[in-house]
Amino acid sequence: MTRQEILDELKKVIAPYTTNKELLAGITEDTDLIKDLKINSANLVDIIIDAEAKYEIEIDYDSADKMINVGTCLDVIGAKINERG
Amino acid sequence: MNNHILSHLPYKSSFRFVDNIISLNEDEVIGEYTLKPDSFFYEDHFAGNPVTPGVIVTEIMAQIGLVVFGIFLVLKELDLKFLENDSLFPLLTSTDVSFHKMVLPGQKVTVVSKKQYFRFGKLKCYIEMTDSSKEIVAKGTFSGVIKEIHK
Repeated sequence: MTRQEILDELKKVIAPYTTNKELLAGITEDTDLIKDLKINSANLVDIIIDAEAKYEIEIDYDSADKMINVGTCLDVIGAKINERG
Repeated sequence: MNNHILSHLPYKSSFRFVDNIISLNEDEVIGEYTLKPDSFFYEDHFAGNPVTPGVIVTEIMAQIGLVVFGIFLVLKELDLKFLENDSLFPLLTSTDVSFHKMVLPGQKVTVVSKKQYFRFGKLKCYIEMTDSSKEIVAKGTFSGVIKEIHK
């Protein structure tokens, strides 16, 4: 999966948790999930769990901690996809 | 045996809505509460016609279904010193509840909470409240976290 493909899927994962659809459509690597997309911090857990199902990966506590903006989410998801091969 | 958890609840009398824990395990908690006719909210909700406010029904469900359950899971899995750390508080992060029957002063309600997941410190549950005739009073999905708050 390319980074762009991961991003396209990630937008679908995030969509149910943000009301700002315009901002979601225009997200960049620097978009902060909590500050920019106004996602409730507890909903980050739901996004992580949904991402696990979507990409068939497992995200541990330390990796989850890094998932603050779109870029770091892509880093973690990309790395986990590579790990599973 | 299960009721030792109640000593960990951070609420004082007028806002503590758990009397008894009937069963408690890693998947489910069942607890009871009897609405006190002299509770502070009945005087004004509604004047001369006391009915338990929806927010109180929600609070009862959250205290039994998330807070009691969450403390149990935290004590079990993370071995956190919940008792000794007075800056840890249970916080409600989202609810989606529907109400089906009124609850009147003096009624006893039973809350059953089933765990959907407990991960990264967040507990999400499906919770139902029934009355003494086993009819559904309210049901919905609740989530919460235990957060450290520095005053």
